[in-house]
Amino acid sequence: MQVLIDIKNLDLYYGEFHALKKVSMSIPEKAITAFIGPSGCGKSTLLRTLNRMNDMIPGTRIEGSIRVGDTDIYGSDVDVETLRKKVGMVFQQPNPFPKSIYDNVAYGPRLHGITKKHELDEIVEKSLRSAALWDEVKDHLKRSALSISGGQQQRLCIARALAVNPDVLLMDEATSALDPISTLKIEELAQELKDRYTIVMVTHNMHQAARVSNQTVFFLNGEVIEYADTEKLFSNPTDQRTEDYISGRFG
Amino acid sequence: MARSVEREKRSKHLTEEWVGRVYTLICVGLLVLTIFSMVYFVASKGLSTFFKDGVNPIDLFTGVKWAPEGEPPLFGALPFIVGSFSTSILAALIAAPLGFCAAVFIVELMPKFGRKVLQPVIELLAGIPSVVYGFVGLSVIVPFFRDIFPGQGLGLAAGGVVLSIMILPTITTIATDALAALPAGLKEGSYALGSTRWQTIYRIVLPTTLPALLTGIVLGIARAFGEALAVQMVIGNAPHIPTSLFESASTLTSAITLSMGNTIMGTAHNNALWTLALILLTMTFVFVFIVRWLERRSKV
Repeated sequence: MQVLIDIKNLDLYYGEFHALKKVSMSIPEKAITAFIGPSGCGKSTLLRTLNRMNDMIPGTRIEGSIRVGDTDIYGSDVDVETLRKKVGMVFQQPNPFPKSIYDNVAYGPRLHGITKKHELDEIVEKSLRSAALWDEVKDHLKRSALSISGGQQQRLCIARALAVNPDVLLMDEATSALDPISTLKIEELAQELKDRYTIVMVTHNMHQAARVSNQTVFFLNGEVIEYADTEKLFSNPTDQRTEDYISGRFG
Repeated sequence: MARSVEREKRSKHLTEEWVGRVYTLICVGLLVLTIFSMVYFVASKGLSTFFKDGVNPIDLFTGVKWAPEGEPPLFGALPFIVGSFSTSILAALIAAPLGFCAAVFIVELMPKFGRKVLQPVIELLAGIPSVVYGFVGLSVIVPFFRDIFPGQGLGLAAGGVVLSIMILPTITTIATDALAALPAGLKEGSYALGSTRWQTIYRIVLPTTLPALLTGIVLGIARAFGEALAVQMVIGNAPHIPTSLFESASTLTSAITLSMGNTIMGTAHNNALWTLALILLTMTFVFVFIVRWLERRSKV
């Protein structure tokens, strides 16, 4: 499988705190990679370095390199806005803007200069279809995005991320605030989307990682302990700590 | 023995309960009584202009000549109403953009410096007595306008500028609170789609906090509307509708403070001043209702 994201010797500090220690891994294209590990192990931190959302936290310092495609995303000539357009993100809490469903999806394209109504209409429909939300909302696109259910809001956020045509979709515990049925829908959606997008998800839920991902990375205290095909990591882990974690002995 | 101890404890609790309840009831009762009696007093005095002195309300609200001691006395309050509204709105027009920018600076751009230095400094403005504002306005702003524009320098522009400084803390504080209360997820969501900081401010932060920002403006206007002393010192106090911002004018408040000492209780002139007070009071209620309505909207 083709490698899309290549992380080499990444160290990240929040002030004095050494949050990520010498992380190296490669994330394959058009597949789902899951980050698992106990709270505070650095999995979300690593995810947020991939679209440089950590830039906004004062006192963050990074060493090492991350390449997405053939760009060093922490290189001096990189435009963060362009990077974030290529590497979309869905958050733990559904965070639709207090605008209409249509305007939520059209927000990204409008930012990047698309103003013609027919183009926007097309993008909105396509994105909502991709996020498996179109049939539910097509008759009330003008309604406030806050009026739909939490699960629908999260799929709307996925549609919103897809509308700017990213290569990568980062999902930061995107189902942890949702009920089981909505969670299942998002998982199915991720399965469909992986044919077109590279998906990296952080999850608290090992079963979710086992169900949906192709590769799994196990983090502990800022280090990557083990990185393997999901099937292998869960059935035959090489590291004792991985085995302890997946068998529920801690975390 | 044990039983009697229990009973005693219980009755003590009951007393405390009772005392607390009665005490709060008395306080609330007094408060309500004060408000109602004030409204009643102002209204009875103010309305007697129409009922007792036979002034036509239409004349009062549309008349442009104020000559209460003239022959016949004329009670045209329109110049004051126009003066009050135009100074307050002018003040809001000046203060609102400044307040928003200050709030954006404090919350979004430089939180550390903003929260520690800028915000306290702006809030300090709220504590300065209005006579000081008036004095500064009279000694700095009025001569400044006099040098640049035709006229005495006294007028709506001077009043509006002085008021804008006075209401700046109100608008800034409310805007700062509103921006700070914005859920972090909204901004992150916008950044994650590749928006710049200013795109996020224009497209997400300002529209989402708009009702709260408007609340701040309306509260600022309400404060400016009721301010008497500072305005009176710089506006010139000519009872006519000015044709320029730099021409002497009057407001409802300045008209009341200027003449109230020179009238006798119960005369038509005195009652007419109460009518002006009633207009002020009613407008304040209107502002409060607008604020309530905006707050309800901002919760949805």
